[in-house]
Amino acid sequence: MTATAPAAEATVRKRSPGATRGPRRRTGRLRRIGLPYLLLLPALLLELLVHLVPMVIGIVMSFKELTQFYIRDWGTAPWAGLDNYTVSVDFDAPVGQALLHSFLVTVAFTVLSVGLCWLIGTAAAVFMQDTFRVRGLLRALFLVPYALPVYAAVITWVFMFQHDNGLVNHVLHDQLGLTDKPSFWLIGDNSFVALLTVSVWKGWPFAFLIVMAGLQNIPRELYEAAALDGAGMIQQLRRITLPSLRPVNQVLVLVLFLWTFNDFNTPYVLFGKSAPEAADLISVHIYQASFVTWNFGTGSAMSVLLLLFLLVVTGVYLALTSRGRRTAQ
Amino acid sequence: MSTPRSPMAPPRTFLWSRRVFLTLLTGFVLIPVYVMLSSSLKPLADVTGAFRWLPTELTIRPYIDIWSTVPLGRYFVNSLIVAGAATVCSVVIAVFSAYAVSRYSFRGKRVFTVTVLSTQMFPGILFLLPLFLIYVNIGNATGIALFGSRGGLILTYLTFSLPFSIWMLIGYFDSVPRDLDEAALVDGCGPLGALFRVVVPAAVPGIVAVAVYAFMTAWGEVLFASVTTNDTTRTLAVGLQGYSTLNDVYWNQIMAASLVVSVPVVAGFLLLQRYLVAGLTAGAVK
Amino acid sequence: MRSIRAAATGAVMLSLALAASACGGGSSTGGGSNDSPKELTYWASNQGASIEVDKKVLQPELDKFEKQTGIKVKLEVVPWSDLLNRILTATTSGQGPDVLNIGNTWSASLQATGGLLPWDDERFEKIGGKDRFVDSALGSTGAEGQPPAAVPLYSMAYALYYNKQMFADAGIGAPPATWDEFVTAGKKLSQDGKWGTAMEGSNPSENIHHAYVFAKQHGADFFTPDGKPDFANDGAVAAVKQYVDLMAKDKVIAPGNAEYAQNQSVSDFAKGRTGMLLWQSASANLKSQGMSEDAYGIAPVPVQSGTPGPGKQVNSMVAGINLAVFKNTDNLDGATKFVKFMTSDAEQKILNTAYSSIPPVKAAQADPAFNTPANAVLKDTLAKSAVALPQVPDESQLETAVGTAVKDLFADAAAGRPVTTDSVKAALTKAQQQMPTK
Repeated sequence: MTATAPAAEATVRKRSPGATRGPRRRTGRLRRIGLPYLLLLPALLLELLVHLVPMVIGIVMSFKELTQFYIRDWGTAPWAGLDNYTVSVDFDAPVGQALLHSFLVTVAFTVLSVGLCWLIGTAAAVFMQDTFRVRGLLRALFLVPYALPVYAAVITWVFMFQHDNGLVNHVLHDQLGLTDKPSFWLIGDNSFVALLTVSVWKGWPFAFLIVMAGLQNIPRELYEAAALDGAGMIQQLRRITLPSLRPVNQVLVLVLFLWTFNDFNTPYVLFGKSAPEAADLISVHIYQASFVTWNFGTGSAMSVLLLLFLLVVTGVYLALTSRGRRTAQ
Repeated sequence: MSTPRSPMAPPRTFLWSRRVFLTLLTGFVLIPVYVMLSSSLKPLADVTGAFRWLPTELTIRPYIDIWSTVPLGRYFVNSLIVAGAATVCSVVIAVFSAYAVSRYSFRGKRVFTVTVLSTQMFPGILFLLPLFLIYVNIGNATGIALFGSRGGLILTYLTFSLPFSIWMLIGYFDSVPRDLDEAALVDGCGPLGALFRVVVPAAVPGIVAVAVYAFMTAWGEVLFASVTTNDTTRTLAVGLQGYSTLNDVYWNQIMAASLVVSVPVVAGFLLLQRYLVAGLTAGAVK
Repeated sequence: MRSIRAAATGAVMLSLALAASACGGGSSTGGGSNDSPKELTYWASNQGASIEVDKKVLQPELDKFEKQTGIKVKLEVVPWSDLLNRILTATTSGQGPDVLNIGNTWSASLQATGGLLPWDDERFEKIGGKDRFVDSALGSTGAEGQPPAAVPLYSMAYALYYNKQMFADAGIGAPPATWDEFVTAGKKLSQDGKWGTAMEGSNPSENIHHAYVFAKQHGADFFTPDGKPDFANDGAVAAVKQYVDLMAKDKVIAPGNAEYAQNQSVSDFAKGRTGMLLWQSASANLKSQGMSEDAYGIAPVPVQSGTPGPGKQVNSMVAGINLAVFKNTDNLDGATKFVKFMTSDAEQKILNTAYSSIPPVKAAQADPAFNTPANAVLKDTLAKSAVALPQVPDESQLETAVGTAVKDLFADAAAGRPVTTDSVKAALTKAQQQMPTK
């Protein structure tokens, strides 16, 4: 979005109402200049109150030694300088090692989860673009995972993933005989698969919803023209559907990425306060480093590092996708 | 449109792959739902036993007990109020912001969009303590109780969903052809007239999708609600955990309660569906 | 570009100003006051079968208190999943209850925050003096050498519950008194899909409770005398290994237990899937799971050899709930009165009966209601052979670090990976390195 801004601004300025309609009254012009700011004001105030100021406080916290001895009166907490950061990034020491491990697990998890959510969501939306008999019913069904409260959805999966009495082992082991003995899903290495499954189950309907809404904006005539030109389904998909979805996809993938990366509820309900190593997502890791061990300084430092990483990734992502978008146009 | 062999008819391979894909997907989606449904109809002893596809004993007892184990009705109303109000406010505010970003050029635009987005990169759990402090201080200074009240929750949740709502709406607004609202401006509508008469109607599917997102964000939020709400303001997302107590986990009641509270939400989604598929195709363009 | 930077700078300055004014807001009211003498807020922990059950137990008592003193108590029963975070938030923000329940193992950690009112001798006199309480319970109210951070309310201890029928079927005459006997009995019970005992392998708190008692039995501790973490000493390693070996080597615990964290072990026992259960005050749980009181026996938790007692012969941690007063209370006298009321002999009898716990108040404990065979074992354990978890500020970190390490070791055992002295030592060393260095 950002990289296209200059181009967009230029076009808007050229066609902006003020330019075409000429000067009216002075107050009108003033109002027009102030209007965008006025429109942004409520959002800005709220963001400042609920997100930005707490974030700044969080950054301040990361430079303090904020343990249980000081949480009652933050002002008295001694400054820790960069201590919290050096502890976090010392990858030879256990804390840093654990953080790095957790970070890598999170990256792998996020890439897979977002990829699958997007793929399934888009495929479903495209398959359901045309009317067929049970389309309305399916559309409603597919939103069910999204409509369930997170706790309810995840606890159901916990129930299904149980080693002794769960459905998953009942099917895989007892009924299909795919495994020699029942597997563990909530502890050990398989927990990554379990986490991914739940995350995709819960997340893909959102992609479906967004892409479905995006598809509505593609004029039917484009498909008709392409069909007359003899373009097949695949070609229509490649030449019309995907390019038209590009602006929606650009935001969707970004949203899914950030959302999955910082997702707390799913791993927390699935594994409790201490996740197995294979599924030790960074959000729970930081929760543990701050709330459970009552060391908010280190937790904040880890969060700030995460923020920097995500800023870089987002920046690169936006630069790349926006360039692609421009060349496509 | 779908008469066989017309030039628009999809090829057979497409129909087959669609059938296979959607069948598999339906299975993936429905199996947990089936587990919830069947477990919610079993006595607790059967639920904690080995899994069976078909329940041996059916009971509606859990559906009666859910109301007395925890005050489910009150939690539900709380959630509805909080999520509903947060959604309406969030969507309205996001529409204004997204319109400004999508249609105007002004200084600080890029700073705004990037800053708003960056708030989503900070782990939510670390907002908590500072936010509590701010709310408590506002409460002490002005007497407005934000901490633990429904108002505080609404304010928080609407802001939680705001950044993504704005970003997604910018995308949808960008895809509404500019000629449309410029025509409206030429016709003498003010900027707000153009927004509400042209841009918003054309972007209804996107707005509905964003509203659904905002609603679900507030509906499912656990951590913030778990530490700020008290018995009277507790929301469902947290309240459902009341079925898992120190001594017992009432699996059947968790499942029953989850289904009961989800029915109205799914029904609401169904009602919104036609708006999701309306929009440009319905003839707003041309 | 310049204006952007200016705007950004402005935003940051504004935020910083707000941040500065926001910081430290929690402590504005320091040592408690009596500004609203007619009202109290009380956070109770969830002790009964559900939150609604707790309200039914507590509300009549609170009404009684209101009749006596004219002070209205607003009750909120806080689920365990939220309680510690709620307390932490209250401490940080200064917005909390007047009186609250805390898990007694948290006492020292919460004491270190300075958020709870210290119970010095003078204050203790107001509720009848320290002598009214059982020593073991007082031992779990805060760091040694400091005034306690809370007052004992309910006491609990671990005991060995065994299925009489299964013992008879397996030809086991008496409940095991040592761990060797326990394993032998467990092996006899572990057949035909049934198992000797069950453990909550994925629950860090349960793990640390057992691991700590085992460590004590090996003459070890997880902290050096001057309070430094020392998780990987030989005694601690042997203790944790002995605990995990119940699954790994002795195979008296089903591998599936490695993921238990929702009290599945209680329902396994109640359903006759396991013959023994190590649990704190389980009667109420077992009843709600449909197991009749005649079906099981109760005995002290085994020791290495000999009989339970102090030192290496301990066989339980001191479990229980303490009652604390929040420092920011605006009804200090009322809060003290309420604590006095809740720890009075009469209320102790009523409440501990309702929750099948043991009163930490001596006079109440002597009541015949607490002389049933089950309660006799628990009382005896608490009086003679229970040990408080380390009363150090780092206790909650210990629970997380060691509890999680043990959880991972159980996962290894369940997956069939070997659990050796080396692997236990490595796991505990790693846990120790995650502790704060100061």
